[in-house]
Amino acid sequence: MATKAPINKIISFSNVDGPGNRTSVFFQGCHFNCLFCHNPETINLCIDCGICMAKCPAGAISRDEENRITWDREKCVNCDTCIQVCPHNSSPKIQWMTPEGVMQEIRRSAPYISGITCSGGECTIWYEFMLELFQKVKAIGKTCLIDSNGSFDFEKDPRILEYCDGVMLDVKAADPEWDRKLTGAERDIVIKNLHYLLSADKLYEVRTLIFPDRDQENEETVRYVAETIGDRCFYKIIRYRPFGVREENRKILGEFTTDEQYAEKYAQLARDLGSSKAYVV
Amino acid sequence: MSEALNIIKDETLTYRQELIALARLGESTDDTVRYSDAYYEAKKKGALCDLNEGVMPYRPRYICPDYDLLFEKGCAFLGIEPPTDLLEAVNALEIFYAHVPSITTYPVYLGDLDSLLTPFVEKEDPAFAKKVLKLFLLQIDKVLTDSFVHFDIGPEDNPTARMFLELTEEMQLAVPNITLKYDPERTSDEFALACIRCMLKTAKPSFANHRMFVKEWGEDYAIASCYNGLKKAGGGFTLPRMRLYECSLDAKDADDFLERVLPAYIDLQLEYMDKRVKFIVEESTFFKNNFLSTEGFVKQENFTGMFGIVGLAECCNNLLGITDKKKGFGLNKEATQLGVKIMDAIEKRVSEHEAPYCDAFDHRYRLHAQVGIDTDGMQDSPGTRIPIGVEPTMLEQLEVNEIFHKYFPTGTGDIFKFEETYIRTPEAILPIIKGSLANGLRYFSGYLENNDVVRVTGYLVKKSEIEKLNQRKQSLNNVTVFGKGAQDGAHALDRRIQKHGD
Repeated sequence: MATKAPINKIISFSNVDGPGNRTSVFFQGCHFNCLFCHNPETINLCIDCGICMAKCPAGAISRDEENRITWDREKCVNCDTCIQVCPHNSSPKIQWMTPEGVMQEIRRSAPYISGITCSGGECTIWYEFMLELFQKVKAIGKTCLIDSNGSFDFEKDPRILEYCDGVMLDVKAADPEWDRKLTGAERDIVIKNLHYLLSADKLYEVRTLIFPDRDQENEETVRYVAETIGDRCFYKIIRYRPFGVREENRKILGEFTTDEQYAEKYAQLARDLGSSKAYVV
Repeated sequence: MSEALNIIKDETLTYRQELIALARLGESTDDTVRYSDAYYEAKKKGALCDLNEGVMPYRPRYICPDYDLLFEKGCAFLGIEPPTDLLEAVNALEIFYAHVPSITTYPVYLGDLDSLLTPFVEKEDPAFAKKVLKLFLLQIDKVLTDSFVHFDIGPEDNPTARMFLELTEEMQLAVPNITLKYDPERTSDEFALACIRCMLKTAKPSFANHRMFVKEWGEDYAIASCYNGLKKAGGGFTLPRMRLYECSLDAKDADDFLERVLPAYIDLQLEYMDKRVKFIVEESTFFKNNFLSTEGFVKQENFTGMFGIVGLAECCNNLLGITDKKKGFGLNKEATQLGVKIMDAIEKRVSEHEAPYCDAFDHRYRLHAQVGIDTDGMQDSPGTRIPIGVEPTMLEQLEVNEIFHKYFPTGTGDIFKFEETYIRTPEAILPIIKGSLANGLRYFSGYLENNDVVRVTGYLVKKSEIEKLNQRKQSLNNVTVFGKGAQDGAHALDRRIQKHGD
């Protein structure tokens, strides 16, 4: 049977997922559970509970012969009620696709793009699928980027780096305690990947989220990353935005977007530490 | 109140705008040029439209003078010697522009200004040259007060074009419009990116498919007015348009439209064009006495008639009984395919018609996808565009455009509005332009969502100037009023925004 992966969505043109114009492939599933996740519906695979089916105003969700939840793209009105009512951080709007199936969409956008970016969720969960996809994309002369939370040990299995032009790595926290609180996971593997990808010359960009009024945590992370990467890759300083964040988590992290000047202060710190390609979004 | 008194008492009109309006009113009192009853009936129904071109054409609609000839030989009528330095060159152009007529009364083509001026710019101190060009642009904006005033740059990078881009960004003016003639082999990525940066900040330049135009027109073509392809030392006699939605109302179904209704309307528009072209050449004095013609700045044989259409989307939707535009033309294969059939039929019939005086074009008129006028409302989308408000993803929109752009050598184009993040990522737009032009897109325009200078349907306006009209104040630019009408009636500025997440 062909490799299949759950695809949350494919965006034909994106300007924020790496250099140039890119087709972004979003995979479903992530083993982190970040407090600030602004698309928590990508965290888990659907367990076919059917709660969304009853609430869908368009009748776009039903059960197939095997009693599994299916979603009808034609009937869907994109109101996102299903996502809002899902108690499980998932979405019924997932398509299980083969690499060739994804490739058909990429071929359509190919004349207009510089390359593709695999994102998520966490795309490295679907490593074999991605390896197959990257080989196909390389064959048509486009670049391949990975947007990752850093939970996959690239050093242990570096096969994909042969086809990957670079990784965009989230480094959420330098302090292990703060990281555990933020992501619900261990950060050691992330830090290991940061150093390994840098040494393998496969680090395209590091991203760090800046939270309002978290001076100590923000500074510690930015300082660590900037000193590590220097001017060897981009450093994207991202302002925390409450949009899409789960309500209970907004109570912890705040209801406000990080002030631009506040974030710029950390970008300046990074630049002062030699990370010349640091910028705020 | 009489119509003349209405004009004189309209507080939003500048003196010059009053003068133009009164001249049009005066022209409309004559009925020398007559058409068949069927034509007048079609016009009354709104199926055919003369774009208020006036009943007595006393000059061609669009004129693209040979400015190289001006610099080579000077102009006897205006007493201009061939320029020897930048100041003389710019002065010669400014004088000349004041005497180039058009439907708008202002010149719609200012020349390929970078190649014209580079020999002079190179001889000057760059700071001085830039100052001269700045005053030149200011003169154009304040004297040729009409957004259909247009100049071209490219395909190659050059210091003059770069100065124009820097000044355009700095000055934030709606006039003049600018086109980059883009050729993937001759236009460097650096130059194209500089143009994209400028386009994001000022809605210009647009990108013309140079290879496509050269194939149809030869190297000596101009992009004038909104996006009109024309021959240099030539131009366009006239531009009427079929309003395809209104035409389709006469048809029982798609077959009836293709077999009976469409050919009849095409023939009426051709009759109208033939009569006007003959009148301009045979009766008016333009080609006989005007110095542009007598001194060779234009040649009559280099003019053609522009056969315009609007509202293909609404026409197809109507013929297929589609009431929800979201499921119509551009988003529905059947409707888009019907559009192809209709365009094939129009192209064939127009190409079979022997047109008077279009010698350089094998005596044929050429098609034009007209961008709409302020009074069109929501019934007829510009040319073959997908209606505002139901645009699919940018990829799908481009694919539809690529099907239809080939039909229109005298101009078509589409406009894309980009989200603010694109100001940081012009390199994300370059592959889109390259890919779409390679796939047959003729003309690409873009702007950033929150700009003051924006592209309405083909022309540029400042949103702050529209606001002046809303407050019943005057706007210097003659075109602002069209922008206001297009926004009020057709929500022309509310087009889809290309952003992350779509």
